[in-house]
Amino acid sequence: MARMNMVQALNSAMDVMLERDPRVVILGEDVGFFGGVFRVTDGLQRKYGEHRVLDTPIAEGGIIAAAIGMGVNGLKPVAEIQFADYIYPGFDQVVSELARLRYRSAGEFFAPVTIRTPCGGGIRGGQTHSQSPESVFTHVCGIKVVMPSNPYDAKGLLISSIEDEDPVVFFEPKRIYNGPFDGDPHKPAVPWSAHPRGEVPEGHYRVPIGRAALVREGKEVSVLTYGTMVHVAEAAVRLAGVDAEIVDVRSMAPLDVDTLCTSVCKTGRCVVVHEATRFSGYGAELVATVQEQCFWNLEAPVQRVTGWDTPYPHAFEWEYFPGPARIAAALKQVMEAA
Amino acid sequence: MAPRSRLHVPAPPARPGQEPDFSYVQISPAGAVSRPDVTASVRDIENLALEMVRVLDEEHRAVGPWDPRLEASELQVGLRHMLLTRLFDDRMQKIQRQGRISFYIKSTGEEAVAVAQGMALQPGDMLFPSYRQQGLHVVRGRNLVELMCQCLSNTHDMCKGRQMPIMYHWGSGNIFTISGNLATQFPQAVGWAMAAAIKGEDRIAASWLGEGSSAEADFHYAMTFAAVYQAPVILNLVNNQWAISTFQGFAGGEHKTFAQRGPGYGMPGIRVDGNDFLAVYAVTQWAAQRARQSGGPTLIEHVTYRAAAHSTSDDPARYRPKEEWRAWPLGDPVTRLKQHLIALGEWSEERHGRLEKELEAHVTACWKEAESYGTLTGGPSLDPLTMFEDVFKEMPPNLVRQREELRALRSAAAAERRQSAPSVAKKG
Repeated sequence: MARMNMVQALNSAMDVMLERDPRVVILGEDVGFFGGVFRVTDGLQRKYGEHRVLDTPIAEGGIIAAAIGMGVNGLKPVAEIQFADYIYPGFDQVVSELARLRYRSAGEFFAPVTIRTPCGGGIRGGQTHSQSPESVFTHVCGIKVVMPSNPYDAKGLLISSIEDEDPVVFFEPKRIYNGPFDGDPHKPAVPWSAHPRGEVPEGHYRVPIGRAALVREGKEVSVLTYGTMVHVAEAAVRLAGVDAEIVDVRSMAPLDVDTLCTSVCKTGRCVVVHEATRFSGYGAELVATVQEQCFWNLEAPVQRVTGWDTPYPHAFEWEYFPGPARIAAALKQVMEAA
Repeated sequence: MAPRSRLHVPAPPARPGQEPDFSYVQISPAGAVSRPDVTASVRDIENLALEMVRVLDEEHRAVGPWDPRLEASELQVGLRHMLLTRLFDDRMQKIQRQGRISFYIKSTGEEAVAVAQGMALQPGDMLFPSYRQQGLHVVRGRNLVELMCQCLSNTHDMCKGRQMPIMYHWGSGNIFTISGNLATQFPQAVGWAMAAAIKGEDRIAASWLGEGSSAEADFHYAMTFAAVYQAPVILNLVNNQWAISTFQGFAGGEHKTFAQRGPGYGMPGIRVDGNDFLAVYAVTQWAAQRARQSGGPTLIEHVTYRAAAHSTSDDPARYRPKEEWRAWPLGDPVTRLKQHLIALGEWSEERHGRLEKELEAHVTACWKEAESYGTLTGGPSLDPLTMFEDVFKEMPPNLVRQREELRALRSAAAAERRQSAPSVAKKG
């Protein structure tokens, strides 16, 4: 075991896979010689050569299309889109091509592409470096969508994604690259080295896609969340002083309905938290699922705590961010109801 | 008056009721364009993008340095493939008009592009066509029954009823699945070719799009990536003058040739007479040889004419003169190759008529077989529960649940039908 932050864990996942499987190639803007703007691919080109770790033109549609072609030709491409906010030029290639090749060719053609992309705010990124577009992708049939909340899951999920025969969009919450963030930007940064999930095996292991994780056991209310907000929810639970169960959804598509609904049926109360905007957000899917599966166990209306339905504003980042106070208020509200 | 800007809206030279006018198509005499070595540097051969490579002259002879010097037997095979493609198209169009398939797209008038190129490439080369290169399947020996079954969405449909007619694919024949979203295949072909180079193979990729969809960003991605990585790929732009009702000027063809975009990105651009089987064959051979020896990509602009409607849902009489096809200065690719073979003494009108009859009979026999596997309206038909397959390699729980939901609905409906059916009907 080693101590790793999320950047190192992701780097280690790609290192392990480049070593194990000659079909694995990395491509993206600045990922090669420079090692990525967030350093996630640091050193990989030096170790595996410029045919395995490719710098690309600044053309997200081209990166994803080229990755598809490589996948069809037997490689396992891992494409980096530098910020999730930049993924839209490649959206048609993801939605109309990558997600549907297997279906439209009745299984004859497919492309096992992993698209890694940093998401989320809290880094003074303004409206073009802070978005969380996961629900835009979970609405597309034919792709898997995951978002880890810690280094251990990041490495294990990325290995699973690269090994998967289907395309995976892998969101990396960049605010927690270097340490778990509890939602208070004024506190000193906490490194992953002190966190139990900062312990990461150096070799190969998998965290399965399609399984949620229980982060905190509790009896009174279930918090369903993922990514950075897992840590913010933990802080909010402490703040609210409730015995909450926190479930890290982790795999948004496919969704681990059983783990989520077992928890909600047990506690009878539910708060859904995500950083992305609220309207048609992924939380709507979670709430609908809970309603269908747990209706007769619910003691209170399910609450959503999310980013506001505005672009992510540069100057008002912390007013936008669904921090511990807002989550704690929602927790109290569901506890007081009925 | 002060000078002011003025928005230019391109207009085709002729609309319905007007005389066709193709004076905008610059045509070089057959044999006039030099043939450089395949290792030539891009900047030394920019003339290829402006002139027009042509081999067949007015007397139906093959002339000049681009003559690929094919055996008469190969030319006869090419003629056969083009004719079969045309007859297959004609039949499928009629079948669509009878309401037996929902949609069809003909390649009439531009058969030489797919057929000559398919023949000039190796069987292992990977092809990423658009929807008007059915000739590639014909060249690679595809059983027409399979193409027809796809159009019928029947029990033998390669796409299992998931795609509109003509969206074929052929894994073992190295022909990629056709997308309805235009131009997406272009940069994918480049990615495929990059992988071939990474793996050190000598296979190359080829892709096709129309001049209309060359306006998509995907064209630019493909050209950039192909040039940057010197990918072993042939990028074909089929300039058939019309994108549904939109003439080529709207894709940017008014001020420069499409082939000139090649040198702009750093690769050779070759403008070829797309209705000249020999010229198309020759430039493809040149580009393939260049790609195979690490010379990188080539953009080929095939100057041709879409003789048919865009699709069975289109009516070109509303936007272009009916006589345009007859006025097209580069003629008909089938007739031109036929005349060339006749001039060589290797073909005759009588043999041509016999071949036509033979191929028509073949198409008829294929259609009969295809229909026996089911039609749009009559059985046998595909099991709708298969719609949940192949979304993923392994079916996730939500799809399993939805499939069972549909299964239960269908069972209930079937039980209801059995109950309400008169009992005498069950006898016999």
